[in-house]
Amino acid sequence: MIKKILLSFLFAVLLFGGNTVSAQTIKLGILEDQTGNFAIAVVPKIHAYEMAVKEINAKGGVLGRKLEIVRYDTQSDNTRFQEFARRLIEKDKVDVIFGAFSSASREAIRPIIDKAGMLYFYNNQYEGGVCDANVFVTGAVPEQQFSTLVPWMMEKYGKKVYTIAADYNFGQISAEWVRNIVKQNGGTMVGEEFIPLDVSQFSQTIKKIQAAKPDVLMTLLVGAKQASFYEQQASAGLKIPMATSVNVGQAYEHKRFKPPALENMFVTVNYIEEVHDVIKSGEFHDKSKDFVKRFRALYPKEPYINMESANAYNAINLYVKAVAKAGSTDKVKVRKALETGISFDGPSGVVKIDPKSHHGSHNIFLVRVGKDHKVEIPKVWKDIQPYWLGQSGCDLTKKDDFSQYTPSKPPKK
Amino acid sequence: MIFLFNTFYQFGDALSFLLLAAIGLAVIFGMMKIINLAHGEFITIGAYGTVVSAKILKLPLPIAMFFGVLITIAFGYVLERIIIRHLYGRPLDSVVATWGISLIVSQSFLVIFGPSFEGLQTPLSNFQLGAYSYSQYRLLLIIISILILILLYILFLKSNFGTLARATIENPQIASALGVKVDKVYTITFCIGSALAGLTGAIYAPTMTIVPSIGQAFIVSAFVTVVTAGASPFIGLIPAATFLSLMQTSVTSYYHATIGILALLFSVILIIRFLPSGFSGLLTRLKK
Repeated sequence: MIKKILLSFLFAVLLFGGNTVSAQTIKLGILEDQTGNFAIAVVPKIHAYEMAVKEINAKGGVLGRKLEIVRYDTQSDNTRFQEFARRLIEKDKVDVIFGAFSSASREAIRPIIDKAGMLYFYNNQYEGGVCDANVFVTGAVPEQQFSTLVPWMMEKYGKKVYTIAADYNFGQISAEWVRNIVKQNGGTMVGEEFIPLDVSQFSQTIKKIQAAKPDVLMTLLVGAKQASFYEQQASAGLKIPMATSVNVGQAYEHKRFKPPALENMFVTVNYIEEVHDVIKSGEFHDKSKDFVKRFRALYPKEPYINMESANAYNAINLYVKAVAKAGSTDKVKVRKALETGISFDGPSGVVKIDPKSHHGSHNIFLVRVGKDHKVEIPKVWKDIQPYWLGQSGCDLTKKDDFSQYTPSKPPKK
Repeated sequence: MIFLFNTFYQFGDALSFLLLAAIGLAVIFGMMKIINLAHGEFITIGAYGTVVSAKILKLPLPIAMFFGVLITIAFGYVLERIIIRHLYGRPLDSVVATWGISLIVSQSFLVIFGPSFEGLQTPLSNFQLGAYSYSQYRLLLIIISILILILLYILFLKSNFGTLARATIENPQIASALGVKVDKVYTITFCIGSALAGLTGAIYAPTMTIVPSIGQAFIVSAFVTVVTAGASPFIGLIPAATFLSLMQTSVTSYYHATIGILALLFSVILIIRFLPSGFSGLLTRLKK
């Protein structure tokens, strides 16, 4: 019996161990919505992953191994996400997973990732708060998008703020952030309305906003139906400065909608492709110009290079740097390497991973949409840290955690 | 004064949305007992027809809208000839068939036009009244929806064609024996229903984001209104839409949008429970 086991063990070693390690590729699983509701914003992101992989492979890969993408189209459908996450882990045996656009789809796969101890990069702006040992986030979070935007808007236009937000976890948590920041800065919330994703007619909402007379309107709307708000507020002559974290930087509404629907909208982004057109010289100009040039060489027909493509590009590069540092693709070792304060100099400057919360730092650009839908950048905040989770007691270097927290439900200290 | 106008505007805006969403469906369901689950896609065709003719053929907006309606009629005509005519008297089968059609149409729009299409700017301007400003175009929508209803009322209840159509619906065999071309009446009625759905898409197109699922935004309101209107939609449509939009706007202005939608759906449940044949049933009973 023992002999048999030994023999089969020997056989297994001959069969699998025989391949030299250097010949094996590093498998990167990618789950993104190539079709469906979110495809507009996600397709450029997929291309950014491919571009990063091509560039790294052209330089010989990492640890002498090439990168290989295993990609599934998750069709903007949460059950597809779960199905393909399991497939990537069990069948394809990938070394790391990148992906997801909506917070709902990220939350759908996070338990599967955690159960398998898989390494996962979420590369999207979101409502913040994910403190998860296996998850790294390269997108922007509220302390980067709102702590900059909201005080700036209040200083420039006034202290009365009105929020309209999509009625699900992203909108609710983002609105909570806005509420807190307005209060901290001595402003008042003159109104707050949560709107179901199915709503496409906004006459009553517009009248309520006008009755409350806010100085600033926060529009945290999501999806094609709710996007009808912008045309309707323009035709009703609302004329109140709008601020948001979601438009322009993701689904390039300023290119898709007829001007002047988005006139006087302010958005904080960590990258958009116009950066080098607006900022005429210096670090940001050069890096963005170079990124766009390489991107367009591969994908000349791409309608827009959004901030999530920069985040996707950064994510692959950060992972590869960590693998090089760890000298292995072992998930625990790579995670430890990512927790050393590793950074990558990407399309909009350095992104550094905060070891405590696994989120990236960002340079944040304030984008204003003009009457003709041309963008201006009136302000840049340099090196904004994802501080909130770390300050509230999430420290993944000391203690594993697998939760999402909100300002009203912070980590237990 | 401003308060009164504001109330009227919000109520009228909600009312015209419900009326226009439901009207094409009401004609097809009320006259032909076909439950058209592809109603939303008819609206989509009207909207895309308008936007594409305005953008690509560079037609002025009213003519582009007319084109949008024509394309929807053509689509309705072909569909009636090929599929719908085999489904008369089979309401449940019509549900399955039209659902399939709706999937095919919306996916085709996705394939042909992509996930999003640059929209049109809302025509006309806005005007100021106190603290509020209003879109003139949306005011026009309220007037248009009422005009359409009056025209339909005349067409189906006062005209010669209306008499033939109602006779055909009441008893196709006898109508046919009396020399009515039943086939033709069905086709024309279906085309009128398609035209109305296309018109809804055409006139709302400049106010919304143009995506392949644009028609889905109307579908719940459409079915809810037709169900509360009851068996005879021409009598029931106005009271049903009035009641529902009153419920929705008053609750929304007092609370917020989510509760407003809940109020609308809740009142539908109440109506179906206590007036099983809808508002038209109630009105007919009162008449007797």
